[in-house]
Amino acid sequence: MGENLLVPLRDGDLKFNHDIADGLLGMVDALRDILGNIESDGSEGTTDYEELSARLSELLAGNPAPSDSQGDSNAEDLNEVEGSLSEDEFSEVVSELNAPESDAESTSRPKRIQATPRPPKKSKKKSSQTEESTAGETEVAEPSGCAAEDEVAESTEVAAEAVVAETADTPAPVVAKTNNQPAEVPAAEASAKTSSGGERSSSLADSTVRIDVEHLNKLMNLVGELVLARNQILQFSSTTEDASVIAASQRLNLITTELQEGVMKTRMQPISNAWSKLPRVVRDLSSSCHKKVEVRMEGADTELDKTILEAIKDPLTHIVRNSVDHGIEAPEVREANGKTPEGTLCLRAFHEGGQVNIEIIDDGGGINVDRVREKAIEKGVVSADHAAGMNDRELTNLILLPGFSTAATVTNVSGRGVGMDVVKTNIERIGGTLDIQSVPGEGTTLRIKIPLTLAIVPALIVTTGEDQYAIPQVSLLELVRLDGDRAKNDIEFIHDARVYRLRGNLLPLVYLDEQLGLRAARQRDDHDENVNIVVLQAEDRQFGLVVDAITDTQEIVVKPLGPHFKGITAYAGTTIMGDGTVALILDILGLAQSGNVLTEHRDRALSEGSGSSSDRQNDLQSMLVVDPGDGSRAAIDLSTVARLEEFGESQIERSGHGEVVQYRGQIMPLIQLDGGYGGGYGESEGEAECRHTVVYSAGERSVGVVVGKIVDIVHDRFEKTDGEMPSRCVIQDRVTEVIDLRNLVCQTYPELIGN
Amino acid sequence: MADKEAYCTFRVDDLYFGVEVRQVQEVIRHQLTTRVPLAPTVVHGLMNLRGQIVTALMLRHRLGLSASEDDSLPMNVVIRTADGPISLLVDEIGDVVQVDRNLFESPPETLQGEQRDLIRGAFKLDDRLLLILDTEKVVHIAA
Repeated sequence: MGENLLVPLRDGDLKFNHDIADGLLGMVDALRDILGNIESDGSEGTTDYEELSARLSELLAGNPAPSDSQGDSNAEDLNEVEGSLSEDEFSEVVSELNAPESDAESTSRPKRIQATPRPPKKSKKKSSQTEESTAGETEVAEPSGCAAEDEVAESTEVAAEAVVAETADTPAPVVAKTNNQPAEVPAAEASAKTSSGGERSSSLADSTVRIDVEHLNKLMNLVGELVLARNQILQFSSTTEDASVIAASQRLNLITTELQEGVMKTRMQPISNAWSKLPRVVRDLSSSCHKKVEVRMEGADTELDKTILEAIKDPLTHIVRNSVDHGIEAPEVREANGKTPEGTLCLRAFHEGGQVNIEIIDDGGGINVDRVREKAIEKGVVSADHAAGMNDRELTNLILLPGFSTAATVTNVSGRGVGMDVVKTNIERIGGTLDIQSVPGEGTTLRIKIPLTLAIVPALIVTTGEDQYAIPQVSLLELVRLDGDRAKNDIEFIHDARVYRLRGNLLPLVYLDEQLGLRAARQRDDHDENVNIVVLQAEDRQFGLVVDAITDTQEIVVKPLGPHFKGITAYAGTTIMGDGTVALILDILGLAQSGNVLTEHRDRALSEGSGSSSDRQNDLQSMLVVDPGDGSRAAIDLSTVARLEEFGESQIERSGHGEVVQYRGQIMPLIQLDGGYGGGYGESEGEAECRHTVVYSAGERSVGVVVGKIVDIVHDRFEKTDGEMPSRCVIQDRVTEVIDLRNLVCQTYPELIGN
Repeated sequence: MADKEAYCTFRVDDLYFGVEVRQVQEVIRHQLTTRVPLAPTVVHGLMNLRGQIVTALMLRHRLGLSASEDDSLPMNVVIRTADGPISLLVDEIGDVVQVDRNLFESPPETLQGEQRDLIRGAFKLDDRLLLILDTEKVVHIAA
């Protein structure tokens, strides 16, 4: 009502006078009361504002604004609806009202918003719908909001200014606030606001402060410095005997860690900041494509580092545009296929294992793999034979290749085949991955996995040529060390390329010092004393990076590289080590490319890599050969073995009917291998000093299989003699029983493994 | 004072250079740097300046001069640029001098090549020439 009044005021149709000021201030007070009520007990309060609204109507009566009737009727509609509908239905009505009303007068909107405050106990799904409704409106309502702010804020006491600004600024924050979700305020305003979790005792408006991002970055840097200083002091205090120094440095340690976490947290922002613009994009695009699309958002309060948030904004917009343009079909097509005419686009974000997953799910036509295949062959991306052998998933991922588009015509929205490649590159730049799953006729799911924060990552510190380098642990698979003779013998040559056999697979070796130009390429007869191989994953290839020494793992603070190093692909950034020196962070993808592990033809690597590796696995199998305890031989497929451990007799405890050990914070049951495979071991049980145990892991749980002796690991082609139980084969000229570890464990502990 | 300008001066080889005081963030002693393999030779390395990573450029190399003969450690002149601070490694730090703007003259035509691009001009002091570096161009290295 009050905002209706503001429009003619702004337009100059109405002269600002005392009565109007009174009315407006009264409205502000009323709004504040409502907000206060919602904050304290979650309801709108019982006060009747009939009188106030009547007064406002009177004030307005002299000005027949064209939108008046519309605005009022809208408001009344809504008030009625609010009274009679359940929350779910209500929010649906809100979103429905929003969609067709884009052309309505701006004055009708603020009015409606005023009528929408709702209790805070709502599901996430609905909060996202509110988002949707507010985001669409923010722009429309802005002009009147500005006017309101000026006029109202001027004549209000200072203490209330914040509240007035909030309520009058744009309608969006009003809704957000009344929902008692401070996290949504920055969402609607796209500003760097921190929220203190919204304690009910203090006013929500007072509990947040706007901070310049610059300040935050400065704080981050200072905290980084403090961490370094702390590390130095800790090093120093470890050499001293003085108890008070040690105690003080430990306190410093604790406080610094907490401070660091706290500052890191201030950089975290809900993903709704990046999402807030999407409903508008979808609405505009869908109306221009003559499609009906509903946007749903789940997990809008999932928090991400600000830099990552910025980085995913554009790729997200692009993906969403793609989904609307290509994914969701026209209403007629949808109805013909037995779907609702209105398509659904679901955005979902959630945390998982230190990463943030973002899914963009549409229920459109899915990706037509046949068309992708045709197009791929036509463009010469893959050969026809090759394409025939590719599975749907591989084909689907072809659309990420540069210059690839299945769209028949290029529209102004999409079809140039540039987009998805850029999206993929952008996401990979921030250490994320992109995966597409598509079911023809049912829809497409794009899954983006990105790290929580770019600022601090776990890394492996290696040394080469007296310098330290950091390798992000995301791409790290394992470490292999070859000493002495093995360094000489186990590295083999294919022409000049060095390779190492890692469990039967050839692992190309890349020497870090050669890649960095620190020494000339090794000759064939150059041999290193010891070889440290860091096995890394670059895209879908594995390769071994040979370094001089492996030092440590550490959490490092990533800092960007200066402009002088833009052309060098080998580095991803820099960091400052505990002793204050600067270390370079290696870019694994860049190294793999410069080391020719990855060729330019990403597609080839993609399809061949997966094809050949499975072929190789069929050919060669690695078997762990053990002695069950009676001198016979048994073999276990190495791929089913999680670890080999030795347990002393003292570590083994009895529980119920079996033996257990404490292993990595779990209780791991032990199975005697000889139980099912001949006796003999039982007699010597008491004498064995330590027991060799093959650990089998299924999900979270592990089971240990106790064997007499680990004999060897062999890589070979094994032909099982079928039909016999247990199956046997000949390994190293000896008849060997092949044990299916999974079956064995299942028989003994069916409840552990499940299905 | 109106026609005077303040310059932070330093010596590289036998040349006497100046950079506007306003562009200089600080002057510090030799710092430990981390070399960057594969980087242009001008880049001496990276150093940790109170938590900020600063690229150190060897000004000798940038000017096309040969490496220093003596063992003395170079000094850092940290200048502000659009891309953040960058350190120039110089042989020796001089004073901050006030010079008369009228003494300024553009580099002579005979000075050719890259050096000419890097030098904005010279102040004709009584006993020697003070060459003014164009810092924007000095820190910009074509990869």
